[in-house]
Amino acid sequence: MADLTTDFIGIKSPNPFWLASAPPTDKEYNVRRAFEAGWGGVVWKTLGAEGPPIVNVSGPRYGAIWGADRRLLGLNNIELITDRPLQTNLDEIKRVKQDYPDHAVVVSLMVPVEEDAWKDILERVSETGADGVELNFGCPHGMAERGMGSAVGQVPEYVGLITSWVKKHSDLPCIVKLTPNITDITKPAQAAKENGADAVSMINTITSITSVNLDEMCPEPMIDGLGTHGGYCGPAVKPIAMNMVAQVARKPETAGIPISGIGGVTTWRDAAEFMALGAGNVQVCTAAMTYGFRIVKEMCSGLSQWMDEKGYTSTADFIGKATPKVTNWEHLNLDYVTKAEIDQDLCISCGRCYAACEDTSHQAIAMSDDRVFTVKDDECVACNLCVNVCPIDGCITMRTLKPGEVDERTGMTIPAVDDKRTWLEHPNNPDGDPLTCISRGQ
Amino acid sequence: MTNSPTTPGVVAGRLAPSALADNFADLHPPLDAHEAHVAADRCYFCHDAPCTTACPTEIDIPLFIRQIMTGTPEAAAKTILDQNILGGMCARVCPTETLCEEVCVREVAEGEPVQIGRLQRYATDTLMGANVHPFTRAAATGKRVAVVGAGPAGLAAAHRLAMHGHDVVIYDAKPKPGGLNEYGIASYKTVENFAAREVDWLMQIGGITLETGKALGSDITLDALTTEYDAVFLGIGLGNTNALGIDGESLDGVVDAVKFIADLRQADDLAKLPVGRNVVVIGGGMTAIDAAVQSKLLGAENVTLVYRRTQDKMPASEYEQHLAQSKGVHIMSSVAPVALKGEGHVAAIELAYTDENAKPTGETFTLPADQVFKAIGQVFEAVEGLDLDGRKIAVTGAGRTSRKGVWAGGDCTAGEDLTVVAVSEGRDAAEDIHASLMG
Repeated sequence: MADLTTDFIGIKSPNPFWLASAPPTDKEYNVRRAFEAGWGGVVWKTLGAEGPPIVNVSGPRYGAIWGADRRLLGLNNIELITDRPLQTNLDEIKRVKQDYPDHAVVVSLMVPVEEDAWKDILERVSETGADGVELNFGCPHGMAERGMGSAVGQVPEYVGLITSWVKKHSDLPCIVKLTPNITDITKPAQAAKENGADAVSMINTITSITSVNLDEMCPEPMIDGLGTHGGYCGPAVKPIAMNMVAQVARKPETAGIPISGIGGVTTWRDAAEFMALGAGNVQVCTAAMTYGFRIVKEMCSGLSQWMDEKGYTSTADFIGKATPKVTNWEHLNLDYVTKAEIDQDLCISCGRCYAACEDTSHQAIAMSDDRVFTVKDDECVACNLCVNVCPIDGCITMRTLKPGEVDERTGMTIPAVDDKRTWLEHPNNPDGDPLTCISRGQ
Repeated sequence: MTNSPTTPGVVAGRLAPSALADNFADLHPPLDAHEAHVAADRCYFCHDAPCTTACPTEIDIPLFIRQIMTGTPEAAAKTILDQNILGGMCARVCPTETLCEEVCVREVAEGEPVQIGRLQRYATDTLMGANVHPFTRAAATGKRVAVVGAGPAGLAAAHRLAMHGHDVVIYDAKPKPGGLNEYGIASYKTVENFAAREVDWLMQIGGITLETGKALGSDITLDALTTEYDAVFLGIGLGNTNALGIDGESLDGVVDAVKFIADLRQADDLAKLPVGRNVVVIGGGMTAIDAAVQSKLLGAENVTLVYRRTQDKMPASEYEQHLAQSKGVHIMSSVAPVALKGEGHVAAIELAYTDENAKPTGETFTLPADQVFKAIGQVFEAVEGLDLDGRKIAVTGAGRTSRKGVWAGGDCTAGEDLTVVAVSEGRDAAEDIHASLMG
C-alpha cells in the first residue's frame, strides 16, 4: 500500500487531496465532515477584511453544462468570498485545527491592496493555528470589480507587491492562487516566486457564461432578469488548468516553485496527471460539490493502487515526472510517422471514422459496399481524428513506422533514430540546417 | 364476479377489472424527456446508417434521434412523418428487433441497440400530443383519387395524395377506419385508442373524405371507381383466413384468431369478453402470438400455442416468442393439429408430432381445449379484372396493377405483411399516381 502522506511546503497531510477554497470549506460543519470522510486538507473559503459581511445574491449562484445523463461537466458560479463574520470563521478555524492537527488547514485571504489590511488579517489568522495562507488573486467576479481577486492576479506587479507584504508580516507558508484569465500565467507566477511566495496554486475559475436562456434572452444563472459572467470550473476546465501547471513547472523563471494543482480534478487519475506535470498536491471543489465528500475514498484507493502498480512508494516519486516531456512544437520529431489501423474484429461499422475523415479531413478511409472501413496509408496524415471519434476503445490505433519503412503518403523513408529532424532541422524552415536536408536528398 | 382462470368453459370475467387493466396497459410505456435524452445519446449518428437502410420507409433515424437529443422532438417527428405518416403506429408495432434495431451497430457490438422504436414514439407522441399537423396541401389539382381500404397502405396513400393537392375519397368495408391498426393488433401495443386518434390526426391534412361501410364488390365496384375517379388505389388487405381442413373445424369454440383479436380491440369492457380455460392457438406468426398472449392476459388458465414446424422457423420474432413465454404461454413446436373433438362445442384437440420437414411422425396426443384459435394465415380475396401474382395482386413499379389507372399496395400485394411496408407502398404508389396525373 503506497504512502499517500504529502508534505507540501512543509504542510503535512495524510493524502494529497485538499478541498479548494470554495463553498465546501466555508464552515466548521463542512470541514469536519470533509476530514471525517478522508480529505487530506482544506483551504478555508476566502476571508475578507473585518467589516460588514459580504452580501451574496439570493438567486441562483451556479450555471452548468451537462452530458446527456445530466452528468455535470462544467459549473460556473457567481458566489463571492465568505459572507459570514470574520471572527466566526477564525473561531471555527481554530477549533477545527485543534481537533485535526494532522490535517492541513490553509486559510484563503482576500483584502484590499493595502499593506495594513494584509498585516491585520495575517495577525488574526496566525492566532488560529492554521498551517498557511492562500492569497486569492483569482476570483473573476464580484470582488474583481472592487479591485481584488483576479483584478490583482492579472497585474504581476500587484501580485508581487502583496506577496512581499504577506511574507514581511507573517511566517506562515504562503500560497499564491493564480487566475487563468490572463494571457501568460507564468508572469504572475514569476512575480509571486520572486517576492518570496512558498507556492502557487492554479487555476482559479475561468471567466465564463455557461448558457443563455433563449426565452428570456438572458445569460444564466439569471438574477431578476439579468446575468453576469461567472467562474468556470469542473471537468471541462482540466485541460486548460493542466497546461498552465505545466507552463509554470517548466519555464526556467518559474520552475521549482511548488504548485498546488486545481481545475477539474474529479478522479484519482486526474490528480495523478496534475502531479505528473508538476503539482505537489491537488485541490478539489466541483467533484465534491457534485458527488459529496465520499469521492475522496476512490481518489485515495485509486492513487494508491496505481502507485503500487508502478512501484512508487511516495507521491514525491512521480511529482513532475512528465514535466520534462512537455516541450514546444519545434522540438517535435517531424520524421515520426504513424498510420491509423482499424481492428476489423472490434469495428462495429458505424462509419464515424469515415464521415470524419471524408468530410472534414484527408479522405484517408475507404468504405466498401458491405461497410468495411480501411485506412488508405497513402492518404493518412496520422491526425488521429478517427481514433478520437471512434466509439470503440482500442478499435483504431496508430502504428508507428519503423526506420527504413516508407511513408506511402510522402514517399519518405523513415530515417534512423539519430537522423530524425525537428522543425529546427527541417528544409522548409528558412532558418533550418541545410546540411541535414541535403543528406536526406531533399 | 365468481369466475376465475380455472372456471370450466368459455366464460367472461376470469380476472378482476384491475388485473385486466394492468394486463392490457402499454407494453412499453412512453419514455419521459430525460429517458429520451439518455436513450438518444446512445446513438452514434452512423454514416449511411444501417438502421435507415433497414427501415422499409427509410426514415433518417440518426437525424431524428439527434433532433431529440437537441431538444427538438417536434422536428424529429417531422423527419419521421415525412417518410412515414403512420410513424406513431409504427413506433408501437414495428418488429424493430428484426428491422432497424436488429442492425443497429450497438446491437451488433453490445447486444443492446439504441431504442429506436421508443424514441420514434417519443417524438411522434410529442407532436401529436400538441395536436400539430406539420403538413399542408399543395394548390388543388382538380384531380380525384379513390382509395379503397383505410388501413396503413390506404391512409399513407391518401395523405400523400391529399398533400399533393388531389381530392381523395377513402372507402372501407368496416365501420371504423384504420384497418389492422384498428382491428388487428394486440391491445397492449396500441392503448388509449391510438389507432383512431392517429387517423383523426392524419385527416387534418384536409381533402380526404372517408366513406366507411363500403365494401369493394358489394357496395362499390372497381369499374365504377375507375369511371368516376382519375385514379384508384387498392389497399384492401387480406379478406379471408386459411382453413385447417381437419375434422371438427366447425365446432363451436373454434374461431379465427383475427376475429378474436378484433373483438378484443373493439370491446368496451374486457371483463365481458369470454375466453376459454384451456386455449389452444394454432399457428406461429404474429397473429398467433397476439391471440395467445391476450388469451392469457384475459385470464385463461392454460394457453398453448402449437406450431407445426421447428421453433426456429416460426415467423414470429424471437422477441415476440419470449414475450409470449414471459406471459405464461406454452409454445409447442413440431406439432400439427389432426382433429378437433367435442359434442357441439370443442372440448379437445388431437395433435401429431412432426419431423423436421413438418410431416407427422405418427405419434399423437390430445390436449383439452374449450377454445381454439386458428392463426394459420390470411389469404387475398380476388378482385375481378386484376392479374394476380401467386395469390396476391400483381404489381409492377410503385404499385401499378395490370389495369390502367389502378394501383395497389399493402398486404394485398406481394411483400412482407407489415404496417411499415404497407405505409411505404401506399406512399410510393401515391407519388406514382401523382406523377401520372400531373405528367
